[in-house]
Amino acid sequence: MSQNDQKRFDLSIDDASPYYNNNIPSLQIKIRFLFAKRDYSKANSRAPAMALSRLSSRSNTFLKPAITALHSPIRRHVSTDTSPITIETAVPFTSHLCESPSRSVETSSEEILAFFRDMARMRRMEIAADSLYKAKLIRGFCHLYDGQEALAVGMEAAITKKDAIITSYRDHCTFIGRGGKLVDAFSELMGRKTGCSHGKGGSMHFYKKDASFYGGHGIVGAQIPLGCGLAFAQKYNKDEAVTFTMYGDGAANQGQLFEALNIAALWDLPAILVCENNHYGMGTATWRSAKSPAYFKRGDYVPGLKVDGMDALAVKQACKFAKEHALKNGPIILEMDTYRYHGHSMSDPGSTYRTRDEISGVRQVRDPIERVRKLLLSHDIATEKELKDMEKEIRKEVDDAVAQAKESPVPDSSELFTNMYVKDCGVESFGADRKDLKVTLP
Amino acid sequence: MAALLGRSCRRFGFLSSGHGARSVSTETGKSLNLYSAINQALHIALDSDPRSYVFGEDVGFGGVFRCTTGLAERFGKNRVFNTPLCEQGIVGFGIGLAAMGNRAIVEIQFADYIYPAFDQIVNEAAKFRYRSGNQFNCGGLTIRAPYGAVGHGGHYHSQSPEAFFCHVPGIKVVIPRSPREAKGLLLSSIRDPNPVVFFEPKWLYRQAVEEVPEHDYMIPLSEAEVIREGNDITLVGWGAQLTIMEQACLDAEKEGISCELIDLKTLLPWDKETVEASVKKTGRLLISHEAPITGGFGAEISATILERCFLKLEAPVSRVCGLDTPFPLVFEPFYMPTKNKILDAIKSTVNY
Repeated sequence: MSQNDQKRFDLSIDDASPYYNNNIPSLQIKIRFLFAKRDYSKANSRAPAMALSRLSSRSNTFLKPAITALHSPIRRHVSTDTSPITIETAVPFTSHLCESPSRSVETSSEEILAFFRDMARMRRMEIAADSLYKAKLIRGFCHLYDGQEALAVGMEAAITKKDAIITSYRDHCTFIGRGGKLVDAFSELMGRKTGCSHGKGGSMHFYKKDASFYGGHGIVGAQIPLGCGLAFAQKYNKDEAVTFTMYGDGAANQGQLFEALNIAALWDLPAILVCENNHYGMGTATWRSAKSPAYFKRGDYVPGLKVDGMDALAVKQACKFAKEHALKNGPIILEMDTYRYHGHSMSDPGSTYRTRDEISGVRQVRDPIERVRKLLLSHDIATEKELKDMEKEIRKEVDDAVAQAKESPVPDSSELFTNMYVKDCGVESFGADRKDLKVTLP
Repeated sequence: MAALLGRSCRRFGFLSSGHGARSVSTETGKSLNLYSAINQALHIALDSDPRSYVFGEDVGFGGVFRCTTGLAERFGKNRVFNTPLCEQGIVGFGIGLAAMGNRAIVEIQFADYIYPAFDQIVNEAAKFRYRSGNQFNCGGLTIRAPYGAVGHGGHYHSQSPEAFFCHVPGIKVVIPRSPREAKGLLLSSIRDPNPVVFFEPKWLYRQAVEEVPEHDYMIPLSEAEVIREGNDITLVGWGAQLTIMEQACLDAEKEGISCELIDLKTLLPWDKETVEASVKKTGRLLISHEAPITGGFGAEISATILERCFLKLEAPVSRVCGLDTPFPLVFEPFYMPTKNKILDAIKSTVNY
């Protein structure tokens, strides 16, 4: 391995973009294994849970044995409790030209459980999409989001459906987060009429108008100026809403980003630019393509915040903070430090530019779903069996959606010509026999 | 169903450039596919000129289509390097490099992504020599991009933007049809003292296999080639579409129609004389390309031939092209100018 390649693996926690936020991975794993043997079904009253919640989710695991002993042996059901819990994020926020938000995140059992359920659903959906693609039921390109689910759910928890989201081609989970249905997603992936874009968009072009989801975009970086335009409209209409414009670390090198940043800052637009830094622009690592991999600082005069994108609660906190900031002071950049397990797309094995150890390492130490699972278990919001049952239900839900989508019809061939213009413009088209089968489209 | 069959036909019938008349060489060589031929051409280009450079997104490890494999290892990271994701920046950078007398061989990952660089190509590259009164030029610039349908590309991995570039005086647009042609044309394009946009049909990267001579050879630009002689109708095309057209020609021959097939090779400046001579012989013209019909390059060919051969034409010039829609995902078989559409157009034109 060349010196440069070696550099990639010598990252410490102080680096601008750490792959691991925990430099004792082996110890962490050992401890988790230890707890697997314990019986988590010992339910409790609320007080010990509150006492627990001041601690970070990471250090929680060390104190677990002591707390379990305090619990009375009553079985707790899956929690729908909405009373507030405060949890500390594991990694602090780093800010540029603004104050960092507090590390203590206000949440509730219901919300954390919802995080788990939504993330598990998104994860299952992406895995199902993987197998459908390999079965050639999904054609074209398919860019999977697994590993990055915390971003989609954390963001949704902080905003409303009036706030707009616009993103790149890795949009399946963002669509689900916005309230999209699984069956709509699978239908669109397979190019069926019942898909969210009526089968005409495919994997990269999911949209949901009633949830202000302005979609997936194929051209890298092209959605950024669009997002600023959306923000302008929101400000002009006094909507009190913001736009989350999402792009990746690869797109961060596009000129369009800087043009849009200048405009947004000049006119104080309520635009929140979210850089989903999964450390690889297709196959190129950030240190090979960017002089400054501190994407949150790239805005120069635009404030920025660096967030642990694998922690749904941190993402929620950052988005809440960003929304307040944007409505008062104009644009802000959020750099979400996240990771994708799959390759760039289904044609990319994902292992030619990174090692399998790296991928499994991140999966073991930083997986967003596991993190929330640990939280749920340590706070006794749910038992391990309940979570497993929930996952089984979700698996069934996804399988049902896939089956339903497989049955749906392909769009009519006349759909090829519709929706190019408002009233499609009298284009003439003909079949193989040019004389008889001629048709003028409406 | 017919559309599906049409689509599968594309996979098998590949048009060899050794077929018929005056191809560059009927020498034998190694059997290579398109990306290997391009790779060989790049190796030769970098070898023969120490001031040539290859750069673009992901070219270092070989590129997403393996066209640049082995170059970084052989010539070093100072001559073959990756760029960040910024087409406008990449092409602008290439123009600057070329202006200093180097050969900049730029790779744009897909022709669909060339639009951010459109301003640089049209306003900077094409006009540099002209506006500086020949003091400066960026002739060493060659932009390579995979273009065209691939069966499952959808909106942004299948476009054919050649028409936009053919409208710009000052650059050249070159499109090869096969591995042997590609190697020769690419070497000519790189060594041509004008900026060239070189579109490679991505469908043929692996599908097309042909004997390619291993030595350094160049195929002249702006010379069209008659790859199949005939008397009844002239067909003009370029790139992967020629494969389809040849199948249509074979089918037409069974019905007694003798077709002359011309590969334009260079679209700008294009070889008007060859096409004119052929149309004067046959009296009928059919043009086929994947790009949408309105404003496609077929319109330019049609108008020029009309001017030059009006009295010799027996039927209106026929264009069998992509439809006027964005390149669809699920509807691709309906959008494409398939063999049956071409065959039908041949018959209508001949029986006009």
